[in-house]
Amino acid sequence: MTPVSRREFVTVLAAAGGGLLLGYRVEGAQRAASPATAAAAGFTPNAFIRVPPEGRVTLIMPQAEMGQGVYTSLSMLLAEELEIAPEQIQLEHAPPDNTRYANQFFGEQMTGASSSVRAFYEPLRRAGATARTMLVAAAAASWKVDPASCRARKGVVTHTPTRRTLTYGALATRAAALPVPDKIALKASTDFTLIGTPVKRLDSPSKVNGTAKYGIDVRLPGMLIATVAASPVLGGKVADVDDQKAKAVPGVRQIVRLDDAVAVVADHMWAAKQGLAALAIRWDDGPSGKLSTADVVTGLAKASETSGVIARKDGDPERALAGAAKKVEAIYEAPFLAHAAMEPMNCTVHVRKDSCEVWTGSQVLSRAQAAAVEVTGFPLEKVVVHNHYLGGGFGRRLEVDYVSQAVRIAKQVDAPVKVVWTREEDVQHDVYRPYYYDRFAAGLDERGMPVAWTHRIVGPAIIARYLPGAFKDGKDIDAVDGAVQLLYDIPAIQVEHVRHEEPVLNTGFWRGVGVTHNNFVVESFVDELAAASAQDPVAFRRALLRKSPRALAVLDLAAREGRWGQPLSRGRGRGVSLLYSAWGSYLAQVADVEVTGSGDIRVHRIVCAVDCGQIVNPDIVRAQIESGIVYGISAALWGEVTLDNGRVEQSNFHNYRVLRMNEAPPIEVYLLRNGEAPGGIGEPGTAVTAAALNNAIYAATGKRLRKLPLQPGLAS
Amino acid sequence: MVTLKINGKPHQIDVPSDMPVLWVLRDVLGMTGTKFGCGMALCGACTVQLDGQAIRSCVTPVSAATGKAITTIEAIGATAVGKKVQEAWIALDVPQCGYCQSGQIMSASALLSRNRRPTDADIDAAMSGNICRCGTYGRIRAAIKQAAQGASISEKAAKS
Repeated sequence: MTPVSRREFVTVLAAAGGGLLLGYRVEGAQRAASPATAAAAGFTPNAFIRVPPEGRVTLIMPQAEMGQGVYTSLSMLLAEELEIAPEQIQLEHAPPDNTRYANQFFGEQMTGASSSVRAFYEPLRRAGATARTMLVAAAAASWKVDPASCRARKGVVTHTPTRRTLTYGALATRAAALPVPDKIALKASTDFTLIGTPVKRLDSPSKVNGTAKYGIDVRLPGMLIATVAASPVLGGKVADVDDQKAKAVPGVRQIVRLDDAVAVVADHMWAAKQGLAALAIRWDDGPSGKLSTADVVTGLAKASETSGVIARKDGDPERALAGAAKKVEAIYEAPFLAHAAMEPMNCTVHVRKDSCEVWTGSQVLSRAQAAAVEVTGFPLEKVVVHNHYLGGGFGRRLEVDYVSQAVRIAKQVDAPVKVVWTREEDVQHDVYRPYYYDRFAAGLDERGMPVAWTHRIVGPAIIARYLPGAFKDGKDIDAVDGAVQLLYDIPAIQVEHVRHEEPVLNTGFWRGVGVTHNNFVVESFVDELAAASAQDPVAFRRALLRKSPRALAVLDLAAREGRWGQPLSRGRGRGVSLLYSAWGSYLAQVADVEVTGSGDIRVHRIVCAVDCGQIVNPDIVRAQIESGIVYGISAALWGEVTLDNGRVEQSNFHNYRVLRMNEAPPIEVYLLRNGEAPGGIGEPGTAVTAAALNNAIYAATGKRLRKLPLQPGLAS
Repeated sequence: MVTLKINGKPHQIDVPSDMPVLWVLRDVLGMTGTKFGCGMALCGACTVQLDGQAIRSCVTPVSAATGKAITTIEAIGATAVGKKVQEAWIALDVPQCGYCQSGQIMSASALLSRNRRPTDADIDAAMSGNICRCGTYGRIRAAIKQAAQGASISEKAAKS
């Protein structure tokens, strides 16, 4: 998904007369420690740091940890300026609070859009530096010396001339009494001791011994377990339930009927699952009960014949196209995708007489709280929400449908209840990556160089639903992300979006949604143009990137390390792709792929060159790129959710196939280092992958695929 | 009432004999380190060891586990191989979201217990039943090799 620039967001809200205090929210948070934390012993200079008189410093994590390493990288930002060592850190999930923990890109608490480091790079350093300045001031005051003669390091302030020392814990009470300084100095990047180094992940130890707690691991006294069947067709309702057999299953306590779902509440998940299987539910499917994937594609294809909202227009594309020596046209399709996070959706809720408590894993904790407020009608302060580690997010946990549903169930249960979806429920009731349909037309001159580029994207406007304040003049900045920034030097460019909503499935963010789709189609089509002008795909791109040195640098690096141009055995091919988008990172990838005689695709090697500006933790950047690529390969080779009679046909990992150990290629990541602003890193690896694979398949077979998943078919 | 021997300790439990071990561990005994992922032995998140063999606890009924030794992620670090595996996992920072890693570690430990020097093909065979959606496969492979080296080094040290 696309971050909304702070300026853009402020403008949007101001225009709407929102009157919401935005500004630098984190700055505000530095001065607004909550009464609860202020009352606690120790030093709480802001919303992110708590220095107790004894023990480790607690850092409060505004962003959710879903594997992307934010608990480590955000801690590094705080610790760098606070001057504590990683081993001195204790972590805590932030509570829901849009005032203190907002992601400045969105004006609310949100972990998405590969934005955590970008959004918090400066605010957390400022928070750390503020605390350190106050601790040093406290030490200087107690020694009656100039603070400039003191130095902080690893949680200890030293008076350099006399070598006297005081620990942060010993200074906590005194520091807490000091005013928060107005001016603080941040370190120069040349003085960094943590930022830019491969600090070990702080969450690894608990994730190798089973002690890391995910939402699904919550246990409460008297807690019951529920599992649920929602209408298999979106918009459908429960017409009738025969629950006699389910009630007879030992361990089943209660059947909860909602208008669109039935839940079985039991002593344990086994009883709940058996109870669910024993239910006879008759559904009223509603208007979508006869729809199939073909109907969706027909709708998109029809919409693609109308013009859309112009997202970029350079020159006169229509005229340039008409005057071109050669015209190349193509239609691309990308299917619905499920997220299939390893931890199935779950949420634990205890609805009491006048209050509600929720335990879950969410990328948007304040939205989870708002969802519970809406269902219960309780005031915000009566709804307490606890976040946990997320067993995968990928955008799925940017939605709070599973929270709302759990609260609706819990309202009818006189105990805390943990609602756990089966994998089948998870796959069939996702908020899917939308189906996209793209039309391209490009013109080449006599030398084969492009003179016109037109790209029409047909798909929903997720932003209109999810961040309506950022949806202006019909423009969905996410739907066109990765397409609108086209770096290639082409004199006439038009990128437009035809908004087409498909009510047959809920659609939303999916690991780089806009860019992931757009990079596949754009970079595949660029390859088509190179082929149409009989040019090498890397040379063709290089010639169009003279004004984009950072893009050129990653392309050259990937080509070199990917052994571009060196011979491969029969049946194998190399493909390249280049990525730039609102994430601000530049990536180039070379994939080495084999298409077997039976049409199977074997990925032999992936090389990815990355320029993400200032790197906080190079090992986490590498891990994210590796991760994104594997996620991208799964989707490119097999990812596809299809519909029949309004029902999702896939249900579990046997028919929603994902990459396994024996199929995972070696991945080499090359990082460029520079002092540019940090770019996003959680999603780009996924986004850059499908086109590289597709272009490699073309190199291997001469067959151009224009639809995901990539199915080259039998070799001809 | 059945008795299950889990991590060396007997547990008397009153559950149906067809109840999968996964739910006994998680919902009856509160041992939540073993994870639910698919319920059909497709993803390996629920992997535990039964007499040293990696098995999918989501499809293993209590009746098939009685009289055998169940080892879970909570106790695998008490074995020499399990400890090496956990150390290698931390050294290479394998986990991302971490949800599948209990199962990965149980499969990897079972592999290394019977095969001190696994080849890439051995690793593929032993680990392809464990899905990781964060795509940590490359690091898992490297960590298994590192643990194998560590295990053989300590073996040599013990012999000399």
